[in-house]
Amino acid sequence: MEIVGQLQKQFVDFSTSLYGEGFLDEQYLQLQKLQDESNPDFVCEVVSLFFDDSEKLLNNLATALQQQVVDFKQVDAHVHQFKGSSSSIGAQRVKNMCVAFRNFCEEKNLDGCLRCLQQLNHEYFLVKNKLETLFRLERQIVEAGGTVPVIVA
Amino acid sequence: MEYCNCFESPWPADELLMKYQYVSDFFIALAYFSIPLEIIYFVKKSAVFPYRWVLVQFGAFIVLCGATHLINLWTFTMHTRTVAVVMTTAKVLTAVVSCATALLLVHIIPDLLSVKTRELFLKNKAAELDREMGLIRTQEETGRHVRMLTHEIRSTLDRHTILKTTLLELGRTLGLEECALWMPTRTGLELNLSYTLRHQNPVGLTVPIQLPVINQVFNTSRAVKISPISPVARLRPAGQYMPGEVVAVRVPLLHLSNFQIHDWPELSTKRYALMVLMLPSDSARQWHVHELELVEVVADQVAVALSHAAILEESMRARDLLMEQNVALDLARREAEMAVRARNDFLAVMNHEMGTPIHATIALSSLLQETELSPEQRLMVETILKSSNLLATLINDVLDLSRLEDGSLQLEIETFNLHSLFREVLNLIKPIAAVKKLYVMLNLSPDLIEHAVGDEKRLMQVLLNVVGNAIKFTKEGGISVSASVAKPDSLRDPRAPDFFPTHSDNHFYLRVEVKDTGSGINQLEIPKVFMKFVQSQPLAAKNSGGSGLGLGLAICKRFVNLMEGHIWIESEGLGRGSTVIFIVKLGIPARLNESKLPFLHKGPGNQVKFIFSGLKVVLMDDNSVGRTVTKGLLVHLGCDVLAVSSGDECVRAVSYEHKAVFLDVSMAAVDSFEVAVRIREKFAKRSGRPFIVALTGNTDRMIKENCRKVGMDGVILKPVSVDKMRSVLSDLLEHGYLVESQ
Repeated sequence: MEIVGQLQKQFVDFSTSLYGEGFLDEQYLQLQKLQDESNPDFVCEVVSLFFDDSEKLLNNLATALQQQVVDFKQVDAHVHQFKGSSSSIGAQRVKNMCVAFRNFCEEKNLDGCLRCLQQLNHEYFLVKNKLETLFRLERQIVEAGGTVPVIVA
Repeated sequence: MEYCNCFESPWPADELLMKYQYVSDFFIALAYFSIPLEIIYFVKKSAVFPYRWVLVQFGAFIVLCGATHLINLWTFTMHTRTVAVVMTTAKVLTAVVSCATALLLVHIIPDLLSVKTRELFLKNKAAELDREMGLIRTQEETGRHVRMLTHEIRSTLDRHTILKTTLLELGRTLGLEECALWMPTRTGLELNLSYTLRHQNPVGLTVPIQLPVINQVFNTSRAVKISPISPVARLRPAGQYMPGEVVAVRVPLLHLSNFQIHDWPELSTKRYALMVLMLPSDSARQWHVHELELVEVVADQVAVALSHAAILEESMRARDLLMEQNVALDLARREAEMAVRARNDFLAVMNHEMGTPIHATIALSSLLQETELSPEQRLMVETILKSSNLLATLINDVLDLSRLEDGSLQLEIETFNLHSLFREVLNLIKPIAAVKKLYVMLNLSPDLIEHAVGDEKRLMQVLLNVVGNAIKFTKEGGISVSASVAKPDSLRDPRAPDFFPTHSDNHFYLRVEVKDTGSGINQLEIPKVFMKFVQSQPLAAKNSGGSGLGLGLAICKRFVNLMEGHIWIESEGLGRGSTVIFIVKLGIPARLNESKLPFLHKGPGNQVKFIFSGLKVVLMDDNSVGRTVTKGLLVHLGCDVLAVSSGDECVRAVSYEHKAVFLDVSMAAVDSFEVAVRIREKFAKRSGRPFIVALTGNTDRMIKENCRKVGMDGVILKPVSVDKMRSVLSDLLEHGYLVESQ
């Protein structure tokens, strides 16, 4: 049982740090609330969906920004999507990055956009890493026979 | 001739006479000398002779006499003067001594005589003592016999042995001619000759118990001498001789019930046997006291021994009986089990066999309903359908009930959603209620947890049955169902005094009340309601086309009991409606119990939940992630969500069934406002159009204005929390618009 306790403590610390550092916000907590017996893998499914969606969008963005003539409306649309999905999931830093990105799109600032894309990529992979770690911890706790602690606000 | 005392010659003519005198004197002297010697010798030998002095005197006397006679010898011849002197002295002395002795003897002889008397007296005494010794010895021997007898009697627990031994030993000890035992018959009115000493086979002599002699014996615990000619003593055909003395004594027959725990047995049973003892006729013997005492003692011992034997017999008999009963019970149990199994098999087969044709009938009748039918035909088909359904239900109920009755039914315990169970049940009966124009109200208390552990199917069956009944018997008004967690005091129903619900951390008691405004139940009928096949209201039954009879409520009661609960009906009387209340025990899902960390905070909502069970809504969002999240949110609240990603799809899909349409207005490719307008157009001619709500992440006030212009009912700001969505839906359903749109 100490292993479970240790893992649980690890999980809580890690989660707290994620929220503290702004990787996740309350929306992620809301997602947790939607997971119950009838929907046991809800969070996992949504997050996987987000990963797929995001990677597609990032590719599209990269392609769009590499065009001879950049269609900023198109880029804005993509970023808008990205913002929507990241805010639905609660990936705060990604969302903020998208907001900044959109500003550059409005100004039609290619350099700014490219820089943003780079940073967006960076942020995305960061949050993806963090979320994967979180899921791994959850799996370990469950395998050790314990229950995953639920964080509230 | 002159005589002189001197004799001339030693042996003159009269010398023969002289000679004889001479010799006699000699012998006399001899004897006289020897007698005292003998006396002295023997006195010396015996130590006890008290009169020594007398003897000495006597001896002296004799000696002197002897001396005298001796000296006399010399006087036959010429003797000198000396001899004469000596002679005289001797004579004088002798005279003196003999007088003295004579005088002394006067004293002594009476003494001597009394010695003789004493001796005689002692001899008599000795004889008497001897006699007494003989008596005591006899008594002691008798005592020994009693002990031995008792030992013999008590050493066996067999009735017959006890009695036979008693008679035998008594006969031997007391030297009896005959000894007999009379036992009372079962009726207690007669005495039956059971055992005798000499007669080997007593012919069944009986005497009535009410004879005076018998009463006399029975009234005292002592042995009583009775007349030899009384009927109990006449054991042989009349003999020529007078029999000896006869004694009779009672032998109490003790029963098990006499032995109270703390008391000694009381001889209040008055059941006695009679023991008759006869002395030999040819001896002049009499009954002695000690012999009578012996007889009494023996009689008591026999009584005790007999009662022990009786107790043993009883217990042996009881044990045998128990063993027999055990075997019989075992057999009966096995037979019953076999019967139950056979019946279950039969029921299962019958259920299947009967079910198939019935289901076919139901299915085909339903299909028939869908075709073109004339009104009469339709009525007929409906009746067929109703009857088949009823039959199917009845078959299922019979199978269930029979399994319930023999306890072979087991609940299928699993975790289920309690709230959705109630919603489902209500949804099922809503159509019927709507047809009868009855309202249906559901109220779930806030402290009722969402998930519980129990048999969902059976609980639903119970609820459906109860609610169905309520609807059936209500013609106007409606029914209201309320569910809550039962408090400990309210769990104790005075009608069920043996219902002791216990509380624990893993369980709670669900209390459901179904109140209807229907025909009510007569107070007297209430107990019958839960019995099977009992018709409670014949009139109402006919009217409602299906009756209160049947197994439904009986099964409900069984299920509720299986769930360690209780079900009952309250009604104020006919026409006043009725309330069915049941309490069942459900488990609390483990997740809530295992948390040890302070972070766990999963609890029911803090406000009264309105039921969004099966609330149909449409969601339009082209962002897959956002769409999934919002859909998950709405599903979590219990809604039935149709999620679309395009405006066309949305407009096409929206129908009357949907209560709300959520449009994400931050979509780039779709103009949500246009969609809203189109939806409104679709429902312009008819009433009951769904609410249209906009979801936006934009806090711009312009959005709100635009929404209102287009005719939307509300705007929600993303991100949406569960609580926010819940309150939105509540507002919409309750007020028809969003009270505060953020």
